[in-house]
Amino acid sequence: MNSYNEKVMDHFKNPRNVGSMDDADGIGEVGNISCGDIMRIYIKVDGEERIADIKFQTFGCGAAIATSSMVTEMAKGKTLDEALVMNNKDVASSLEGLPPVKMHCSNLAADALHAAIKNYREQKLGHKDISDAAEAHTH
Amino acid sequence: MRRVYLDHAATTPVHPEVIAAMLPHFHNSFGNPSSIHSFGRESRQAVDEARELVAKILGATAREIVFTSGGTEADNLAIQGVALAKKGQGRHIITSQIEHHAVLDACKYLETQGFAVTYLPVNAEGQVQIADVLAAIRPDTILITIMHANNETGALQPIREIGRLAKEHKITFHTDAVQAVGSIPVNVDDLGVDLLSLSAHKFYGPKGIGVLYIRNGTKLKPLYHGGGQERKLRPGTENHVGVIGLAKALELATTEMDTKQAKIKALRDKLMGGLLAIPEVKLNGHPEERLPGNVNVSIRYVEGESLILSLDMQGVAVSSGSACTSGSLDPSHVLLAMGLSHGEAHGSLRLTLGQDNTEEDVDYVLGILPPIVLRLRQMSPLYHKR
Repeated sequence: MNSYNEKVMDHFKNPRNVGSMDDADGIGEVGNISCGDIMRIYIKVDGEERIADIKFQTFGCGAAIATSSMVTEMAKGKTLDEALVMNNKDVASSLEGLPPVKMHCSNLAADALHAAIKNYREQKLGHKDISDAAEAHTH
Repeated sequence: MRRVYLDHAATTPVHPEVIAAMLPHFHNSFGNPSSIHSFGRESRQAVDEARELVAKILGATAREIVFTSGGTEADNLAIQGVALAKKGQGRHIITSQIEHHAVLDACKYLETQGFAVTYLPVNAEGQVQIADVLAAIRPDTILITIMHANNETGALQPIREIGRLAKEHKITFHTDAVQAVGSIPVNVDDLGVDLLSLSAHKFYGPKGIGVLYIRNGTKLKPLYHGGGQERKLRPGTENHVGVIGLAKALELATTEMDTKQAKIKALRDKLMGGLLAIPEVKLNGHPEERLPGNVNVSIRYVEGESLILSLDMQGVAVSSGSACTSGSLDPSHVLLAMGLSHGEAHGSLRLTLGQDNTEEDVDYVLGILPPIVLRLRQMSPLYHKR
């Protein structure tokens, strides 16, 4: 755990876009308490299906917080389709790498983003309510 | 930046007097203790004296002291050594769910070799119950191995009572006293143990040297084969510099132990009180029957590694039972055995004080921790859902 690079530590120390959103268009949550990481992402979507605003809340280790922060930076301003192409590996690469042990367990931020987009689209289609934020991801 | 070391259960700095005692043996009295010449004889004498000293402090005799490479080797020699020696009599071993991995994994290995192991539960305060030990004894039980003090919570186990029980049932009894030795008085007859493991680096000695105390008459087979050193139970050229360091460290740690430990305990109590004053923080492990330097708390809604990193950024060294720090997906097996939820175990923090800590250290930690906890809680979805 003590081998985080400077970029990861920067995002851990100064996480971008922390917080919740009262008027979110989509909310996604992944992770579970038994492995110690829970990430929740809120998105605000504009008329062109772009992510106009994004916030995160994370319970987890340094990697969990840093990847959450990074994914919000990467996703802001992207269209939903562009955001859906990003994966967990891309987030880790943007952080210039994570310790190997963290690649599996704490690198779920893109999944949380995808869950938020799914939640937004399901609501739009009228299938679901905002309160049905995607259920915990298991691995 | 101020640096505060509160991880003495992990390891301790080597005491300057220990270094001074060891130094000449690297280059002046460097002989192989098995050599007949004067160089060898000097080393042999130093090893013999160290062995006598260690034996005296533990209430043992010199021939009952076997030097090993540390706690893990001592535990393995005890557990596997007894299993090998007594497998004709029985193949059942009793241990607890809160043992160090050196014990747990040795037992798990023996399960693959045809042995049966009972892993005793603990109560909410992290202590093995004597009634459970009694209930677990079978006609084919050959070994009971229960730690003296837990490495995570510091909780003291009922070793004397288990010792009496083991004696009554003629079962070999081992205790991993790696955390206890140097912090509380340890006497092998008082505890009634047949085997006891200890490790020098936990009490201001060097790493890589430990002891397995083996009561006269205890049946044990070696795990290695080689020269005749350590009564053939642990062959290999003696780490005589380490042995000398271990003996010196043990002597220092047990001199005026009451005074030193009372000072540590007073600081610990202040630290514990300050931590428990933070909202939704709870103590893990027995409040009184624990090592004097240990505090272990669960801080709700936050995760341990984030706490460690945040404290480390401000110079404070602590540890946690979170999964991220155990290198596995599961948090501390000790805290889970005590009935803590996964969330509570992931949010655990262990702070272990030592001889060099001061009141200023405690004040510094109590000053920086609440804002760290608040910052992480504000980031946590669990805090907002509560």
